[in-house]
Amino acid sequence: MISLASTILSTSDEEPAVEPITAVVSAAEAGGLFEWFWLLIAFPVFGMLVLLIGGRRTNAWGHLLGTAVVLVPFGIGVALLIDMMGRAEDQRSVVLHMWDWTIAGNFTADMALRLDPLSMVFVLLITGVGSLIHIYSIGYMSHDPDRRKFFGFLNLFIAAMLLLVLANNYLLLYVGWEGVGLASYLLVGFWQYKNSAAVAAKKAFVMNRVGDVGLSLGIMLMFVTFGSVAFEEVFAAAGEADGTVVTLIGLALLLAATGKSAQYPLQAWLLDAMEGPTPVSALIHAATMVTAGVYLIVRSNALFDLAPIALNVVLVVGVVTMVAGAVIGCANDDLKKSLAGSTMSQIGYMFTAAGLGPAGYVFAIFHLLMHGMFKADLFLSAGSVMHNMNDQLNMRRFGALRTVMIVTTGTFFAGFLGITGVPPFDSFFSKDDIIKSALSQNWLAGIATIFAAGLTAFYMTRQLSMTFFGKKRWTQDVKPKESPPVMTVPMIFLSAGALFGGLTMVYLFNLQEWLTPITGFTPGELPIPDWAVEVITIATLAIGVTLAWRQYATRDVPETPPVNVTPLTVAARKSLYADAINEGLFMRPGQHLTRFLVWFDNRGVDGIVRGTASGVSGLSNRLKLLQNGYARSYALTMVVGVLVIAAIFIVSRWV
Amino acid sequence: MDPSAYVILSGILFSIGALGVLLRRNAIVVFMSVELMLNSANLAFVAFARMHGNLDGQVIAFFVMIVAAAEVVVGLAILMTIFRTRRSASVDEPSLLRN
Repeated sequence: MISLASTILSTSDEEPAVEPITAVVSAAEAGGLFEWFWLLIAFPVFGMLVLLIGGRRTNAWGHLLGTAVVLVPFGIGVALLIDMMGRAEDQRSVVLHMWDWTIAGNFTADMALRLDPLSMVFVLLITGVGSLIHIYSIGYMSHDPDRRKFFGFLNLFIAAMLLLVLANNYLLLYVGWEGVGLASYLLVGFWQYKNSAAVAAKKAFVMNRVGDVGLSLGIMLMFVTFGSVAFEEVFAAAGEADGTVVTLIGLALLLAATGKSAQYPLQAWLLDAMEGPTPVSALIHAATMVTAGVYLIVRSNALFDLAPIALNVVLVVGVVTMVAGAVIGCANDDLKKSLAGSTMSQIGYMFTAAGLGPAGYVFAIFHLLMHGMFKADLFLSAGSVMHNMNDQLNMRRFGALRTVMIVTTGTFFAGFLGITGVPPFDSFFSKDDIIKSALSQNWLAGIATIFAAGLTAFYMTRQLSMTFFGKKRWTQDVKPKESPPVMTVPMIFLSAGALFGGLTMVYLFNLQEWLTPITGFTPGELPIPDWAVEVITIATLAIGVTLAWRQYATRDVPETPPVNVTPLTVAARKSLYADAINEGLFMRPGQHLTRFLVWFDNRGVDGIVRGTASGVSGLSNRLKLLQNGYARSYALTMVVGVLVIAAIFIVSRWV
Repeated sequence: MDPSAYVILSGILFSIGALGVLLRRNAIVVFMSVELMLNSANLAFVAFARMHGNLDGQVIAFFVMIVAAAEVVVGLAILMTIFRTRRSASVDEPSLLRN
């Protein structure tokens, strides 16, 4: 890792470029636990089936089973990690072929799972953060009569997400991709009796479908071009393929990634998705599912390396969302929505890093891991606040909660340190790496990352001071107290992750060395010295923190949002008019198109059909008159007919 | 002798027959008109045979006579049954197939 500490400690800063290793070993060769890693998925599937089929009979112990079937895979994951660490670098990608799944003509897709260093870190993130959030949910959902169903859906999510990251071909990945979309839909709309939740679930589902079209197009293009959808075969064949096709595949995959990861232009669903229960926001809409887009891009690095145009589009999408998400986060008074804006922004960082190509893939995953921990921590802390404030989320009615919720304040503060990048906590390492990598590849993107870091510091300080500091602005009916240990303990674990995750990943685990065999790595040349970058970044952070602290902690915060504000604030409060744009660009024209089509169907298509029918029946009514039953009129017809024929003969003779 | 006069006569007889079929209501008269038309055709055949100097037309005239005789037999039988059921020989009466 390039970081302040390593600059000082290490004598040589020269890092060699690393080419990805493509070799895989089969699970049978790898032996041991690797033959059994399908259990990672089997456990949550089992939990889901028991909870959803068992129904009300499992109410009493359903939440415990639901938690256990995620904890066990976490244990398996840790054991697998230890096993994998003891192997040589080219022996770490293990493929487990379970059965032939789809065979149609020359199209085959196997039920095959792949565990390599990249999916390994995802498995640990999903099951680790997932377990903590399951435990938290036991307390958070304790008053909900449908808690068992909630755990069933969470298990479904964990299973689908693990399938997504463990799949060894794009078709199987697609199954997991749709599975997490389904789980997200079910969980956002978990309180579907609230209209807003039902609408938000539908919105998330529909916008995700738009992205999924991209994934299915990408898979079809891959099959047409390479004749296969398996990772190894696609990546091996990509080099010989036509560059335009590879670019198209890259763009299709990017469309899928923007939908799932709430990046521009498919970002608008994420803020509404906050209608779901807070553990869902923490697990699905912060730590895991929304980062699936980053996984997809990094996993497909062999394709993106060959498609510089697609990679540049990834970079643009990332930079735009990084800044826009942060701006939204700065103005929203809803604690969870402000955090959702922050999620968009942080995933924008990951996209930015991924868009830098081999120089940034590793840092995208590094930041993804860090984000999984600090953002889950922040969301769970926000949930703890919400839980004790009668489900209110308006930060203008919070304030001074540090006096009554000391643990929650601590965990939120840990998340704050993790996300803003104060040395030596999580983002200090991961975000710095992204900033430096961006500066070395593209100075514009680099400046944007520094600017967004300042915005991050601003909105996080704003949230922290409006919620926990300042004066009490509570509504009359709330009596906040600290949450029970079943909620606070997972929060404390995640805070530890938010505080020390970065240090661990850099000095104990060395994530970069771990991942580069999969992603490859090219070091960049910084235009200015390392220390200068760090000084500028930290100065930007300090400015952000100071501005927000002066505005929201030392001055009184009005209970209603002030109206005489800048146009930028107005726009940011409305999420930069995302809904208005979607309505104006897609919904209204869509409705007009529908109306026109209905009109055209009624008048045009039906008109032709009905016109033909009435024409035929009118004609037959006329013809019917000839059949009057009078023999003499038939005779007349015959005579006329004969005369006509005779006339034609005569005339044709003349001519 | 110029046979074309027979052809003209045949035309006149045919027209009278056709008008009879179209204008008269009594089935007996209609039949007679039909016979007139058939025989005018016979006359034309014979005249043309004479004009062209072969026997084809004359042979066909015999055929027509036989067919006409058969037709009268069948036609009169139908007429008899209709007259028995309806007490009328009008050709306009039996229009029951109309609707």
